[in-house]
Amino acid sequence: MTHRGSRVLRVGSLARVEGEGALLLRVSGDRVEEVRLRIYEPPRFFEAFLRGRAYTEPPDITARVCGICPVAYQMSACAAIEDACGVTVDRPIQDLRRLLYCGEWIESHALHIYLLHAPDFLGCDSAIDLARAERAAVERGLRLKQAGNALLEVLGGRAIHPVNVRLGGFHRAPAPAELRPLAERLSRAADDARETVRWAAGFDFPEAAVDADLLALGSPGTYAIERGTPTVLRTDGARTAFDTSVFLDHVREEQVPHSTALHSRLDGRRHLTGPLARFAISGSLLSPTALEAAREAGLGDPAAGAVCRNPYRSVLVRAVEVVYAVDEALRLIAAYEPPPRPYVEVPPVAGGGHGATEAPRGLLYHRYRLDGDGTVTDARIVPPTAQNQGAVENDLARIAQAALAGGDPSDEELTRLCERAIRNHDPCISCSAHFLDLTVLRT
Amino acid sequence: MSTPSPAVPTLAVFKLASCDGCQLTLLDCEDEFLALAGRVRIAHFPEASSSVDPGPYDLGLVEGSVTTPDDARRIREIRAQCRVLVTIGACATAGGIQALRNFADVEEFRRTVYARPDYIETLATSTPVSAHVDVDFELRGCPIDRGQLLEVLTAFLAGRKPDVPNHSVCFECKRRGTVCVTVAHGTPCLGPVTHAGCGAICPAYGRGCYGCFGPSGSVNLPALIPLLHRDGLDDPATERFLRTFNAAAFDTCDNESGKEVRP
Repeated sequence: MTHRGSRVLRVGSLARVEGEGALLLRVSGDRVEEVRLRIYEPPRFFEAFLRGRAYTEPPDITARVCGICPVAYQMSACAAIEDACGVTVDRPIQDLRRLLYCGEWIESHALHIYLLHAPDFLGCDSAIDLARAERAAVERGLRLKQAGNALLEVLGGRAIHPVNVRLGGFHRAPAPAELRPLAERLSRAADDARETVRWAAGFDFPEAAVDADLLALGSPGTYAIERGTPTVLRTDGARTAFDTSVFLDHVREEQVPHSTALHSRLDGRRHLTGPLARFAISGSLLSPTALEAAREAGLGDPAAGAVCRNPYRSVLVRAVEVVYAVDEALRLIAAYEPPPRPYVEVPPVAGGGHGATEAPRGLLYHRYRLDGDGTVTDARIVPPTAQNQGAVENDLARIAQAALAGGDPSDEELTRLCERAIRNHDPCISCSAHFLDLTVLRT
Repeated sequence: MSTPSPAVPTLAVFKLASCDGCQLTLLDCEDEFLALAGRVRIAHFPEASSSVDPGPYDLGLVEGSVTTPDDARRIREIRAQCRVLVTIGACATAGGIQALRNFADVEEFRRTVYARPDYIETLATSTPVSAHVDVDFELRGCPIDRGQLLEVLTAFLAGRKPDVPNHSVCFECKRRGTVCVTVAHGTPCLGPVTHAGCGAICPAYGRGCYGCFGPSGSVNLPALIPLLHRDGLDDPATERFLRTFNAAAFDTCDNESGKEVRP
């Protein structure tokens, strides 16, 4: 039977993504007419209720935007407010922040790789389903995820919404003896992380390429996580960078002609943040083990500037980033000496500040305005998923178009394919819904 | 409800307005997750599985608060489908941080965040699940504690009441051997009025409890507020401190003096 003709596919509730989203695909014959990733996650108004709060509060409050990447919110909030107050934290505090962030990368990436993404490659509905066929693999994934959580728990007090982060640093710096058992655990995680790359390299990857500029933080000499300069690799290969303070001049919401939806655009062009972008911008700065893992996995040689644009292969890039985050955590723990003070005093200064860090899903930007006594008068947050929306929809359209051109997919096949195409990007809908990407909330 | 349960009970996880952190807590039970999947059939958990079975369900866990007309309708449907309904976390149990809108003009909020406010459908308030339907058990916390979640699940499987004491965080500090941050350092702390369950993490890290588990079984604000003032919080700061993650739960709960107290 043929599936040609006009049809509209709706997926009412996307599974294995964080938050609530729906998908609409309008097809006419073998042509994709319209793709909409609709977000129906209810709005929560963070930017509104941050007004009037004390400048010390956004790290704890904005963590609640996302239970999957609370550290990213805490780090971007601290960076922006410290920028507003003209304070730079001590190097050992920066290192501790990076260590905490490594925990979140390990946890969040392991969650996505094993529990959300891998089932797609292996024809399963869930990790529980997958565990019936490959129990050892799922156990490895859970062990890896737990290692990330252990790091968050020791350094942050708990894995979700850690309590130890404050403006200027930490409430309490850990004693070296508290970190030592983590090193042991992370050594095992290092093996699991390498094994994850090998395992994922065996998946079957359809051909596809993201057609978007790639945006990630760049930092001299290191794979940028907790700080850096927004850096763009354009589709034509040109590389540019701009200061975080002008982020909103470059990344803007724009009306697109074919739809009523606004999309985040970078200098008027479609862009993507996240693992593929980071790998393209900073890949050469990965640790030796992570570089080797990337080469073995068939991602090319990051040291020679390899770029991966295949969204299906993002699972490999995430796996390589886990290898890196584990290495980096081990390095930071080995070099750790308690800082002379756990935090730097941050007296309030009237004015504004900007901060950007690399959440597991990509660049997370915060901006705050403060008055002289430290009251927040304005807040603006641009999460990675809101930025990626345009690139994800474009990717969906291209993948669906290719499937229609190459065969005669049934509605069910097409729907499954589109869901996979969305999960490739690990969207965090809880994050994106609370902010500016409102126009996808069409009712 | 008289739906007969099959041999393996079914579990369903639902999400309203929330950050996903409380349902993530279930996936954070790394040591127990596969074992749990052997004891219950996970019939509805969209974040973890693309296979969704229709109700009714034996146990429903709900994360998030009610903030839209659609969710107000959906929670009644969810209630009707679940033999036992448990709310997980501060949003579902107290309205959550998004209930800060309850003290403000939601129209202004909508205009502040959204360039096209007319696209946004939202209620003026963020309310707990119990404001809409009967709830069998409420688990506190922003986020919930993994150990307490496992206790609720285990109790359900064993057919007993969950052992989740409602004493204050102070008990947990004593048990943990943490020196009182208020007594020793004059740090403002909500521990004396906050429901236990987290293990008194904040004082162990040298900061005051910020009340993310909501009010304990016996709250004495008239005794606490002067201490907060003494330790440097003025009235607006005290009010913010008490009303962040659990909305008005502290000032509307029964307190020992029996009088309503405004912070």
